Amino acid sequence: MPDVQPLVSEFVLKLKRRKVEGSHAVARQTAELLRSVVSQHRMGSTNQAAALADAIRSVGEQLISANPIELAVGNIVRRVLHIIKEEDISSTAVGIEGLSVTVDSDDEYDSGNDDHPTLSAAVLASHARNALRAPSLQTLLDDIPVSTALSRSASSTGDSDGKTGDKSLKTRKLKHDVIAAIGDLIEEIDTCYDQISEQAVELIHQNEVILTLGRSRTVKEFLYAAKEKKRSFRVFVAEGSPRYQGHVLAKELVEKGVQTTVITDSAIFAMISRVNMVIVGAHAIMANGGVIAPVGMNMVALAAQKHAVPFVVVAGSHKLCPLYPHNPEVLLNELKSPSDLLDFGEFSNCMNFSTQDGTPLLNVVNPTFDYVPPKLVSLFVTDTGGHSPSYMYRLISEYYSADDLVVQRKSTS
Amino acid sequence: MSQKKSRGGAAGAGDDAEDLSRSPLQAVLLADSFTLKFRPITLERPKVLLPLVNVPMIDYTLSWLETAGVEEVFVFCCAHAQQVKEHLEDAGWTGQPAAREMAVTAVESHDAISAGDALRVMYGRGVIHGDFILISGDTVSNMSLKDALQEHKDRRKKDPLAVMTMIIKHSKPSILTHQTRLGNDEIVMAIAPETKELLYYEDRADGSHLCVTIDKDILASNPTLQLHNNMEDCYIDICSPEVLSLFTDNFDYQHLRRHFVKGLLVDDIMGYKIYTHEICSSYAARIDNFRSYDAVSKDIIQRWTYPMVPDVLSFGNCHEVKLHRQGIYKASDVTLSHSAQIGANSVIGNATSIGEHCKISNSVIGAGCCIGKNVIIHGSYIWDNVIIEDGCKVSNSLVGDDVHLRAGAIVEPGCILSFKIKVGKNVVVPAYSKVSLLEKPSNEDSDEELEYADTNSGVTDSPPFSSMRSNAGRPAVPSKDDDLGASETGTSGVLGYIWASSDTGTQEDWRQSIAPIPKEKLQEMQHAVSVDDDNGSEEDLNNRQYEQDHDGDSEISVVEDDDYTKFEKEVEETFQRALDGIHEDNLILEINALRLSYSLQHADCAGAVFYSVMRSASVAAQSTNDNLLKTTADALAKWKDLLRNYTKTVDEEV
Repeated sequence: MPDVQPLVSEFVLKLKRRKVEGSHAVARQTAELLRSVVSQHRMGSTNQAAALADAIRSVGEQLISANPIELAVGNIVRRVLHIIKEEDISSTAVGIEGLSVTVDSDDEYDSGNDDHPTLSAAVLASHARNALRAPSLQTLLDDIPVSTALSRSASSTGDSDGKTGDKSLKTRKLKHDVIAAIGDLIEEIDTCYDQISEQAVELIHQNEVILTLGRSRTVKEFLYAAKEKKRSFRVFVAEGSPRYQGHVLAKELVEKGVQTTVITDSAIFAMISRVNMVIVGAHAIMANGGVIAPVGMNMVALAAQKHAVPFVVVAGSHKLCPLYPHNPEVLLNELKSPSDLLDFGEFSNCMNFSTQDGTPLLNVVNPTFDYVPPKLVSLFVTDTGGHSPSYMYRLISEYYSADDLVVQRKSTS
Repeated sequence: MSQKKSRGGAAGAGDDAEDLSRSPLQAVLLADSFTLKFRPITLERPKVLLPLVNVPMIDYTLSWLETAGVEEVFVFCCAHAQQVKEHLEDAGWTGQPAAREMAVTAVESHDAISAGDALRVMYGRGVIHGDFILISGDTVSNMSLKDALQEHKDRRKKDPLAVMTMIIKHSKPSILTHQTRLGNDEIVMAIAPETKELLYYEDRADGSHLCVTIDKDILASNPTLQLHNNMEDCYIDICSPEVLSLFTDNFDYQHLRRHFVKGLLVDDIMGYKIYTHEICSSYAARIDNFRSYDAVSKDIIQRWTYPMVPDVLSFGNCHEVKLHRQGIYKASDVTLSHSAQIGANSVIGNATSIGEHCKISNSVIGAGCCIGKNVIIHGSYIWDNVIIEDGCKVSNSLVGDDVHLRAGAIVEPGCILSFKIKVGKNVVVPAYSKVSLLEKPSNEDSDEELEYADTNSGVTDSPPFSSMRSNAGRPAVPSKDDDLGASETGTSGVLGYIWASSDTGTQEDWRQSIAPIPKEKLQEMQHAVSVDDDNGSEEDLNNRQYEQDHDGDSEISVVEDDDYTKFEKEVEETFQRALDGIHEDNLILEINALRLSYSLQHADCAGAVFYSVMRSASVAAQSTNDNLLKTTADALAKWKDLLRNYTKTVDEEV
């Protein structure tokens, strides 16, 4: 563990200083960090999965508290915890199948899991979960290590029947499988744009008018993909005050030859009647299907609802957050510096406390995010396909295990 | 706009890599302000460790340096060096080099008594190899250094004499008080608009409000120059290594601005140049006095310094702080009574409990405080472990660590209660008083040099705090201030020395205290300004125009004729002679002769003469406004005839 501590604290500092922002970058870097944590982790002889999960959890706790608004950090930590659990269950399941004779005699092996009946119950549960799953990319990815693990352990049992050799092999196998699964997770984060934009042609029709707010990389790739498929459509880009990322998006779209119109945020309601579909990105998708998105999004959603324009949210599965927005643990917003809005020098005399009575008369509030309730969202497009807001909890139960929802344990003080 | 893109935390890793190839970016952090402004608190704790919104000031500075991509910092400790070093160790700045991108080294010296000395010591060490950032440990900023550094480097390539880049920021001074919102005196800078070279720097510490003297060579060599009085000096400098050797060569340089900057600007033999870099959207400010402590605290609470705000910036030993509505920051385990009212823009530290019916607004309360019932706290800064009993009232004051206010005590605006002070029942601490357990050092004198000289000799010579306290404790019990009607028991009255504030001047007190300037004072100043205006309007329009050139309140491009400057000088000299007793007629004759030789208009004459009259008045006047007004009026009355001589002719000609 001491070997990864510098890495962890470096990343914690980066998160704290807000040097890494944006859920994609954060998710990717978190996954990479956790992979190195796993690979540096020294496996004990007993209770390996629990020990590994504890290590991940303690790192995850630090990362989450470093920047609680980047919900992607917590998502990835929970995903990794889930991976460990799944791998553990699948390897024990293999153990039962392959070494059905030795299980009863081997006490040391058994001590990893408390009792025989509970073990078989866990196996049953995992089987049941696997059966329940929709045929998604995640399950496909998860299945690969399971099957490889199965073949490898089967061959290993054939070779050696010595206890120690088997154990060390099993140790390495769990670790190896977890690392491989995290590698798949990273790949999934990287390829989510492609997966999402594959669905672009089905959603964007010829001569449609699409409105978006601010700049989201997912939206950009989505629109690019539609353009590449020779769809002709027009895009209204609301500039996304106060950071004006919409200007950047407009430039990028024009470079790709998309008909683009830039409008101010305040013109959204005026323009929405001419729009066929609203496509926006998100910061996080909550368990109830609500969306945390750049500020101004709720306004867009309400305008879209008023004119019955479909409101589509595109987001990678790393943005799926198993928490509910009414949970006090969830920080929904962050207030940035007012200097985005006002020039400090111009207003410096409004903030001269010496000549006022000590109470600041001028207050500037610059929130980063908006919460869009699920009823305003028509469709979610994730890398596993299109889903309605009410289906989100189902998708989430597929990615996360229920007992990992609270990563931060209450401090014992 | 380009600033906007690069601001915030995105100090650019690419830039760092580029720097690395040349030489690591270094910084010198002066962990001592070399002033007395924060006394009596600084007798016991160095200024850089004073909590600013519950975080020591030096942590803001260091984390900014780290964010800005500085790789090596030398913290120069002087007074209380041990405390500073211990803090650096505790907060994890020094010690574990692997976890940090920035190496922090403490440099200790006990005989440095000024910033100049500190830099001479740094030169002696020979550790600075390239361009470095010179900063004081009480600076809060979130600016990106990338642009400024690049500008500095490009300039250096073209002109090796450009030794320093000063960071400045737009900020309007108050028209009434002639001080910035940070409580500093108005600064007048002359900057060449194209090259951004600094040509003239003057802080108006003295009362010479109405005149700026610019050397005629500056006017001659620069076709245009901008005079600013709306700029604020951030005290962040990017320096070349030459700066250190300059300090060593000129061993009389003490103060960074007063001696070094002015010295370089005046000295035209070496030809060193200083440039400025204006920051627009990011924040930078130095805490120089109690007024700026108040202003910067409020800026932090209002998040101008993002990401250096309480809920984001949490250091190793700080507890998590959460931001609630209306800018209320609460640490995780605050005990808050239901009936307590927490107003906007307040910060409440960890493990603090607040009793029933308390009213707290615009205040910062530290960790571990215990606040009783019916307490009213407004605009104040309460540090750690303070006990405030029922019914106390604290307004616009600073209350140090471990202070105990007994029931019913009232702290009036502008008070500074240093560490471990006890205030008795129902005692009223009068406005602007400074109370400390330590006696005021007797070796002080109200000398001009006092600002930076001999300040630390008193501090460093003093024994460590623990022994000092036991020394001071005994005499302190009977030494309660008589004004408070204190008894000998120590349960009522104030336990500690009340520093008489008279010798520093009462004006200073209200100018730079935490409390806002009282309404009466403001009205007084308002009155003075309006009288000045009336006075001005009586004069000829030409004169008025001329005066404004020198007292403009925003940027004025002065594109002046060199001839005119000379003429003005000569008139002034003539006028000086007239003051010595030459007859008025002769004076008129001489001025007319000058006018002809320079072939100027009557109006110019009038302007120059008026300028001279005003000049003589302001020289005669002392610091206060009233006095100035009186002498101005006298002088005008005296030289009325002379002026009329020109104004009349102007009217005739027109």
